[in-house]
Order: sequence, then C-alpha cells, then structure tokens
Amino acid sequence: MSESELLSAPAPTAMNYEIRPKPAGTSDAEVGGELLEVAMGPHHPSTHGVFRMDVVLDGEQVVKLKPVFGYLHRNHEKIAENTTYLASMPYTDRLDYLCSMTNNWAYALSVERLTGLIPPERAEYIRVITAELTRLVNHTCLIGFLLQDMGALGTPLMYAFRQRELILDLFESLSGSRMMCNYMRFGGCRADLPAGWLEQAAQVVGGYGQFLDEFQALISENEILVARSQGVGVLPAELAINSSITGPMLRASGVNFDLRKADRYGIYDRFPFRVPLGDHGDVYDRYMIRLLEMRESVKILEQALREIPAGPIIDPKAKIRGFRPKAGEAYGRIECPKGELGFYLISDGSPNPYRYRVRPPSLINLTVLEDMCLGQTVADAVIILGSVDIVLGEVDR
Amino acid sequence: METLEQIQARLTAEFPAARLERVANESAAGQPSLVVDHAHGQAIARWLRDDPALRLDYCSNVTGVDWLPLETSTKTRVKKVVDGVEKEVEETVKSVRPGYLEAVYHLYSMSLRHGPVILRLRTADRAVGAPVPSLTPVWRGAEFQEREIYDLFGIVFEGHPDLRRLLMWEGYQDHPMRKDYAEPDDYEYEPTPHDEVLEKAGKHAAAEVRP
Repeated sequence: MSESELLSAPAPTAMNYEIRPKPAGTSDAEVGGELLEVAMGPHHPSTHGVFRMDVVLDGEQVVKLKPVFGYLHRNHEKIAENTTYLASMPYTDRLDYLCSMTNNWAYALSVERLTGLIPPERAEYIRVITAELTRLVNHTCLIGFLLQDMGALGTPLMYAFRQRELILDLFESLSGSRMMCNYMRFGGCRADLPAGWLEQAAQVVGGYGQFLDEFQALISENEILVARSQGVGVLPAELAINSSITGPMLRASGVNFDLRKADRYGIYDRFPFRVPLGDHGDVYDRYMIRLLEMRESVKILEQALREIPAGPIIDPKAKIRGFRPKAGEAYGRIECPKGELGFYLISDGSPNPYRYRVRPPSLINLTVLEDMCLGQTVADAVIILGSVDIVLGEVDR
Repeated sequence: METLEQIQARLTAEFPAARLERVANESAAGQPSLVVDHAHGQAIARWLRDDPALRLDYCSNVTGVDWLPLETSTKTRVKKVVDGVEKEVEETVKSVRPGYLEAVYHLYSMSLRHGPVILRLRTADRAVGAPVPSLTPVWRGAEFQEREIYDLFGIVFEGHPDLRRLLMWEGYQDHPMRKDYAEPDDYEYEPTPHDEVLEKAGKHAAAEVRP
C-alpha cells in the first residue's frame, strides 16, 4: 500500500475482537456465568494491613462477602491481664497506631472510673488538645488513603501526610515519640508542655483551615470522586444503630450520636461545637463528615489553646508504685476518631487487672461490611472498606 | 434513667418466672449489673430494647469473663462442749463457689442517651462448650463480639447465626483467654530439641494442667 492509501484507510476500532459464535438457541440473557470466589487479602494493598475478605463474585458484582480476621492477633487482652495496670499503657498505643493519644485517654479514663481519680484542670485541657489533634491526624490520613483507594495515587495522600507531619512534630516534642506517645497517666498526664509548645500548636491549628479549604477546593467536587462515591455503600440508620456502628460512620447515616456530647466526659461540655450529620450514609457522606469534623476540631482546639490554665498536670493522690484498685469493675468509653473506644476492667484488688477488655470500634464497624457491599462491584468494595476506616492493630488486637 | 432496682422490679412484673440477680459493684464507677437466666435472656433483651422508657437500642460492648472456683473461708464463733466444759470456739467454715463463664453486655440508648444497663449471662460451669443464649438476634452489634468470646473463652452462643472462631484459625483447639490456659511448650510448628523446651514440656506432661 502506498502512503496515501494507508492514511485514507479507516482506523481499526479498539474493540475489534473476534466474537465467538454462540451455540444455537442461546441468548445473552441465558448465559449464566459461574460464581467466582476470590480471597481479597491478606496482602491486598487496599485492605490497609493484613485483613482478608472472602468475596463471591457474579461477574463484577459482590454476592457474598465474609471478612476474615486474626492475622495480627497477639492477644493484647491476655498480655495486659498478666502485667500491672500501668504497664499496659504503652501497649495501648499499638492498638490503633494512628491514634495513640486517644487510646491512652480511653484507658486512663476507665482506670479513673475504677479508682475515682480526678485529673486536674490543666491535664483535662491537655487531653482535649491532644485528642483533637489526634482526630485531625486520623481524619487527614483517612481521606488520603480513601482517595488513594479510588485511584488518586499519591498526590492527595502526600498533601495529607505533609499536614499530618506538622502535628506529629508536636507530639514528638511533647511525648518524645511521633506515634507511640504513651503520654497519659492515671489521673493526669506524664509531662508538662514544653516551652513554646502552645504557640507552635496554635500556629499549626491556625494553618489547618487553609489546608482544609485547599483540599476541599481540589478534591471534594471532583467529578470522579463524586461519581465513584455517591450512592455507593449505603448504610441505613436503623441498621447502623442495631449493629453498634459508632463514630463518623454512624453520623454519616444521619444518627446524631457523639460521645463528646452524649457522655460529656472530660471537659467537653465547655466547648460549643456542632456534630456534622450525613443524609445518605454513602461513601461520599463518610468522606465529607470527616472534613466537617476536622473543622469542628479546629474550633475546639482554638478555644482550648486559648483557655488552658496553669497548674499541676497530675492528681497528687495518683500512685505509681503499689497501684491496686479495690475490687470492682468499670467500663469507660470515649469518642476516638474511629468510633467508641471502650475499656472494660475488672479488678480483684491485685496489681494486675482480672479482666481487661478493649471494645474496638474498627472491628465492630466491620459488622455491616457485607451489607454495604452486596450488589456493588469489587472496586466499590475497596472504597467501602476504605470509608469504614479500620486499623488492623485494633481489629485483631 | 431508672435505677437498676426499678428496672429489675419492672422486669419481675413483666416476666414473673425469670430469675434475676443484681450484682453490686464496689468500684468508684458504681455500675451494678443484672444476672439474667437463660430461658428469658432473649425475651428480656428484646423488652429492654423496645421498652419506651428505656429503649436500649445500642449494645455497646460484649465480653466474656472467666471466673475460677473461689474458695472462701469465714470464721464463726461456735459454742461447743470441749472436755465436758462449754466453750466458745472459733471455727473456720470453708465454702467453694463453683467457677463459671460469663458473657457481659453493656447496653446504652442512642435515642435517649442514657446507660449503661449491664446484663450478665452465666454458664452452669466452666466446661468448654457451655451454652448461653445468643443476643445477636436482638442486637446485631453483638455478632462479632460473641464470636470472639466463643473463640477465646469457649462459650457457645445458642441461636447465633454464624458461630465460628473470629481471631484464631479454624482447627485450633484451645481457648486462650481462659484463666487456666497453658501456653504451648514451643511456638514453633515443629518441636525443637532445646533443653529448656523439653524441660517445660516434661513439666506439662507430668502435671496435667488442663482438666
């Protein structure tokens, strides 16, 4: 062929496959495919750790999904029952390794319920500040990971991590460690704020609104995000309540329940803040709720950083050596970024807890994973799991 | 919210045949709990969920506890005739409370924002596979937590829709959260011929730890 003939020939179509002739008497509707069983995980990158979903697929559609746990199980509870109360404090950092401060607080709160210790004013403020900073860290990371799951590779996650690093610097100067803070103690906190910490924190918090504006302008109305996440993985409110779903996932389904308002633990009754609620309970609402919660956290932080009083940081009655709560039991819970984190402790008067139980929000929020994924495609199952927000250190314990 | 005494009184009126027992809590938290019998477990749970004054729609935490047999000795002064003379003698009376396994449910209300009401279901003894009724049909949030208790304590929840091990693998025999759990002699799959490992294994073989 000459050059001109080549140029004038019609371009080959992209989908020019050879189509196999169908057997006589069949139509497309009658060709039932076989069901395919796929084990997604434990090393699938979208499972955020070692977690497996046994999925049964009809073509691209999920018809059955069973989560499989235990790959990271180390029997945290048994280890804690074999050591003293305080010795488990650093180990709680490893439950949800993104939110060590709130884990510490939940444990300290439960022991305080058990013994009646009351933290001083300044410690309560420090706890609120660190917990809200942790919420910012967690939600920022989650949004980065969720977008990564949707295929926005790299950029949003790096934006999120850049911002997270500023808060981790604060944690490092406060506790000596970026992620494994081990900062709270029964009846207070371990160390006072270093000089200049409050100013540095105010600077980070002051810049957070700008980061959220930028992030929202870049991503929230992005056509692909909207198309991928709206109407996907819908969770009705009644099912959410009956399945003990907590945290942003519950509120995205429109249930107004936030332990900071319901229990008013610590000093949360002093902070006026709103509880954002979703309308549809889909992945987009869960994404949006987190952005809105971060704005409320920024408000709480600004007020707390302004009002924090001087004073002691630990109850002078708190004992470190010979810490033996009298026999009894207590259940304490806080609103950690992923939901309700509770510790149930039974004391028999000895230095070790007789029973130590962690109520893991990540695990219990997965109860409805199958309900949300049925009828959706595999790619949607990935982002539905991403929107639940799990950390395997806490799921498997 | 009503106190547990009031709830118990209303429950007794509603379920006259139910055996209910209040457990006091000496800690600063002061969260007393209610032991419920097996026959009425599910019905009571449903009633607590649907009662308009309580509406405990949210089952927050479910966990197991292993209570070993408890030997208590109380000293009493008894009058006795010793060598023909009546004397007051101190006598110790030993009593053994048999061990049992327990499933503890922490119930809250999301709509009315109160709680907790704590329910306890007790097994008859500490045998592996001792049954209690499952409350998953009432609160689905108990599904994974009851599976975890089955896995780690060996309580069987009757009426649970999908009772399998949660954290340990299929085919695993033991229940690690029980108080009498004996650690394996060697965590390696194949036993290694190290002296200390063999010594530990020998001790286990000599004194049967597990019943």
